[in-house]
Amino acid sequence: MNSIQPMSRIRGAVHETLPHESGHKHVAGTAEYIDDMPEPIGTLHAYLGLSQRAHAEIVSIDLAAIAACEGVVGVLTADDIPGHNDVSPAGKNDDPVFAVGKVEFHGQPVFAVIAESRQIARQAAAKARIEYRDLDHVTDVLQAESANYPLVIDPLKLERGDIDAGFAKARNRLKGEMRIGGQDHFYLEGHIAFAIPGEDDEVTVFSSTQHPSETQHMVGHVLGVPSNAVTVNVRRMGGGFGGKETQANLFAAVAAIAAKKYRRAVKIRPDRDDDMVATGKRHDFHVAYELGFDDEGRIEAVDATYSARCGFSADLSGPVTDRALFHADNCYFYPHVRLRSRPLKTNTVSNTAFRGFGGPQGMVGGERMIEEIAYALGKDPLEIRKANFYGGEGRNVTPYHQTVEDNIIAQIVKELEESSNYAARREALLNFNHQSRIIRKGIALTPVKFGVSFTKTEYNQAGALVHVYADGSINLNHGGTEMGQGLYTKVAQVVADEFQVDLDRIKVTATTTAKVPNTSATAASSGSDLNGMAAANAAQQIKARLVEFAAETYGVSKEQVFFEPNMVRAGANLIAFADFIKAAYGARVQLSAAGFYKTPKIHWNRAEGRGRPFYYFAYGASVSEVSIDTLTGEYQVDRTDILHDVGRSLNPALDLGQVEGAFVQGMGWLTTEELWWDAKGRLCTHAPSTYKIPLASDRPRQFNVNLASWSVNREATIRRSKAVGEPPFMLAISVLEALSMAVASVADYRLSPRLDTPATPERVLMAVERLRSAAQG
Amino acid sequence: MATEIRNCVRFLLNDTLVERTNVAATETLLDFLRLDRKLRGTKEGCAEGDCGACTVLVGRLFGGKLKYESVNACIRFVGSLDGCHVVTVEALAGKDGNLHPVQRAMVDTHASQCGFCTPGFVMSLYGLWMQDPHPGVEAIEKALQGNLCRCTGYAAIIRAAESISAVGDARNDPLLSEREEVTHKLSVLKDDRRVVIGDGRQQLIVPATVDDFAGVLDANPEATIVAGSTDVGLWVTKFMRDIGPVVFLSRIDELRQISEDGNDLVLGAGVTYTEAYPTIIRHFPQLKELWNRIGGEQVRNMGTVGGNVANGSPIGDTPPALIGLGATVELRKGSVRRSVPIENYFIAYAKQDRVQGEFVESIRIPRLAANDLFAVYKISKRLDEDISSVCGAFRVRVDPQGRVEDAVIAFGGMAATPKRAAGVETALIGAIWDEACVEDAMQIFRNDFTPLTDWRASADYRMLTAKNLLRRFYLETGGENLVRLNRYAVAF
Repeated sequence: MNSIQPMSRIRGAVHETLPHESGHKHVAGTAEYIDDMPEPIGTLHAYLGLSQRAHAEIVSIDLAAIAACEGVVGVLTADDIPGHNDVSPAGKNDDPVFAVGKVEFHGQPVFAVIAESRQIARQAAAKARIEYRDLDHVTDVLQAESANYPLVIDPLKLERGDIDAGFAKARNRLKGEMRIGGQDHFYLEGHIAFAIPGEDDEVTVFSSTQHPSETQHMVGHVLGVPSNAVTVNVRRMGGGFGGKETQANLFAAVAAIAAKKYRRAVKIRPDRDDDMVATGKRHDFHVAYELGFDDEGRIEAVDATYSARCGFSADLSGPVTDRALFHADNCYFYPHVRLRSRPLKTNTVSNTAFRGFGGPQGMVGGERMIEEIAYALGKDPLEIRKANFYGGEGRNVTPYHQTVEDNIIAQIVKELEESSNYAARREALLNFNHQSRIIRKGIALTPVKFGVSFTKTEYNQAGALVHVYADGSINLNHGGTEMGQGLYTKVAQVVADEFQVDLDRIKVTATTTAKVPNTSATAASSGSDLNGMAAANAAQQIKARLVEFAAETYGVSKEQVFFEPNMVRAGANLIAFADFIKAAYGARVQLSAAGFYKTPKIHWNRAEGRGRPFYYFAYGASVSEVSIDTLTGEYQVDRTDILHDVGRSLNPALDLGQVEGAFVQGMGWLTTEELWWDAKGRLCTHAPSTYKIPLASDRPRQFNVNLASWSVNREATIRRSKAVGEPPFMLAISVLEALSMAVASVADYRLSPRLDTPATPERVLMAVERLRSAAQG
Repeated sequence: MATEIRNCVRFLLNDTLVERTNVAATETLLDFLRLDRKLRGTKEGCAEGDCGACTVLVGRLFGGKLKYESVNACIRFVGSLDGCHVVTVEALAGKDGNLHPVQRAMVDTHASQCGFCTPGFVMSLYGLWMQDPHPGVEAIEKALQGNLCRCTGYAAIIRAAESISAVGDARNDPLLSEREEVTHKLSVLKDDRRVVIGDGRQQLIVPATVDDFAGVLDANPEATIVAGSTDVGLWVTKFMRDIGPVVFLSRIDELRQISEDGNDLVLGAGVTYTEAYPTIIRHFPQLKELWNRIGGEQVRNMGTVGGNVANGSPIGDTPPALIGLGATVELRKGSVRRSVPIENYFIAYAKQDRVQGEFVESIRIPRLAANDLFAVYKISKRLDEDISSVCGAFRVRVDPQGRVEDAVIAFGGMAATPKRAAGVETALIGAIWDEACVEDAMQIFRNDFTPLTDWRASADYRMLTAKNLLRRFYLETGGENLVRLNRYAVAF
């Protein structure tokens, strides 16, 4: 029984390929999402009543027909809110739970029906009679600008060098503009919250939220109770992608208000269409740019304005538009630069976080500028890219005055160029296009440099709570949320590695504000960077106590105590981990610790547009080849090769999944995912029947994805890994640029196609037509 | 002869017999599973049959043979399940708790991330694997057209699909090894009684035969007829319409017949796209791509050609092709039958040549003549599982002198109904079939159509594409290479 077999290594260490901790439950249908939880007897259901106008005064609201429905328990309006009618994450008091007096977008919540069943609540909600007095509305960002709509938050300006001098020096100058579409998150599990009333002022909310602490604070704010009365729990989400960073708050608040009011459990889950209409999306942008460059394509000066459709309130539009500017340079040095944001109000749903958080839009704009130079000079865009990469001294400072210290883009691009056989394929493809009448091809290699850290410095902190039970089993809790990315798996690996125990000894428990307080959103790709470090810190605290205990017990020095695979060695003594823990418990060693981490080195002065907002950068590059049909604009991605940098991967399988998934999601954003509003300001693409995310058959016909195995984070991140959630999303820009090249072939590559996004078959065909007629003069 | 009535719906749910006397006409299978049975492995992602998170298998007997197919539980009504075997994700793991080979393959290839779509993928892959244990990429992608995943980018799921047979042998699968037993159980459930539950506007009726159906509809002319429920399902789940009384066609085997009558192919109105596929592509290989791009696999397993026509949508997938082929709609009211050329069936938006109490009994499609050139092109924002922005069917008969003898060109998405391009046809007939004649005819489209702008496409794009499709048709039927993209011609 007690025979001890030393193992060479534990099962489930860091850097190992391991399955997702819930994989076996996902496939069996036993992974529990909030809607799957058993409901207490008497559970009520809430359903939102949404505005039917884009911008209007509310003249009267008649809810009598709803109240008369059998099974309806009540209707909540702003009058039923005990605390503040506001869930603004920006603290601007501009995000009401329920509209009062006027509505500012089609789909804005006005009331909620509470009923015995969801079906009753939903059907009853359609019976409201609301009289509106219409006001002029604006859904488009340029219209908003010309109608003098306000900015939802202070804009940002990044400036470095002397822009006028830069333009004066440049031999070539050009101006252009671009429209970049938004994107719906289309998490498969829609928004949901489930509130259970407690004693006194207490309430427990199960919320599909990426930001349990903020949801907790918002529920407290809306109920008018302190945060200590509210507990928010989330075991897992069925996808988040940023769509549940702030947008979950309203649902949690409504469920909590109703739960306290009726003293019954209350669940709220909108239908998919209502979810898509009533919750925020990726920001659409308009980019106006002016470029100065030399005959080799080296950039001298960039002056660009990024205007964003923010919707009716600030939400996260400030940091999103900031991050767009932070990524307008992508991998390129701009000697003289001025970048400005215009976070414009519109009568649309308030746009929010979405994987990349403005970065993708910034980068698409930057890559468009590269493309303009290439077509203006008749060169391969890759040549222009390489000519402008950040380099050594004098060419390594970003528009926000952070020095790029960890630049590996040249090596990544070089390796990918070779492994994908870029040059020969481009040559072959040019020949193909020369001979092919209808079908045309394009190829593009695009790089990515993405800054990692929340630009709001205070968010770069995390906590964890680790318990080692007397039987040697370990309970791990941290502030990060699991939305599919594998965070729970990675952090458990870190803790397994710290204690040198097999992974199955560790149970990761649902994220809850009751265990780890004041957490940051699981966002900005920061989940494992922050929570992995906090969990390691907790484990290290316990280990320090255990080392002391072992040294005393076995009469050895602390330096002679080692955590070996499932064992502890103290001098000549080798003790099984469980036995060792049992002994430590017996000796009254504290076997629990709260860990903490804050990211070092970072600082940011927004007013001056200067600082080091990012701890480090993650890099990557992709090559995509596409074919288009010049009669219909239809296309397919024939092949994509990716080389992506995740530092030393904590779990290559999970990281590969992030890279593949992000790429395809990014490809959807740039190709078939189109948000379309009608003249009345109604979003008409609000369900999968009308809003088209990629299918299995849309992924590249050949898809070669690799991690840059040689990369090591130069900063002391958790096990020298890098963040992976967002950066690979932007690898999809190669698809857009390849489509653009295929279009350019109809005018012999002399004209920049200026393909806006999403590049639907329609936009591709219309660009083909535009170039053809321009080429004919 | 008085029809016998049964006041309950009976079906097998996994290994349990379900007999229900209190089924609402609009109760969906998904709600039944999740709310009534608390089987919550099956998820609701969209409630409109587009995301596949709710995919389950439904086995049914036809001609004594048991076949399992993936369906969307969210838009499948419980009333339509009489006599079926519903298999949910909960039934897959072995009695010992071990994962099923499909599930094991998904775990081993890291094919789940958030996991919410995963049970639906598992069920779609299970349905495929039972029929095709070693599927190629094309078959896998086709089987997964109705399943959305937002996390993985699908690469891992494809790897899983390719590796299932390396994990387990399909021949040992319970649904195959217990086939005889289930077949027996289902044949016991099969009777010739009419199922009737509830009354008035809440009534649910499932006739057992087509004559019974004709009688039921004659007596309840205001009833909603439900075949595949791929559209009517949304009337309930999205528009919350009160559609009762409802008559389900799910048990009427006569309507599921496919027959050949002289020169014609006759599809019963209850034939699903999947059932029709082998016959359709044997007679009309030009329809293969279109057929494979109708909805997703689950929708093709449920939806019917008859329903697609009867429904009268201007953007239905099959009407342009059927008009192009000169099909007729066979209608029946009570015992009175009549035929209508399909193009005349579509009168105006939301108005068809079908009176109350009348139903589409079959679609009759004549074969092509040897010298008919024929093609159908569907254009959509996303290639698969999308509704067409424009769908054009072209049939041109060229005489030995190279002159156009006959031309039928029909479009969906260009008008309020599926409609012929009469002016273009006229311009072509009698002309020499060459590039110049095509070029001239292309200019006539603007006389035939005034398309709309909506979220699928602008009017300009629709018009331009319609014109260009005639050019594509000319080039392709003329044998020019590389006229269209072919996803499956690219090496993997």
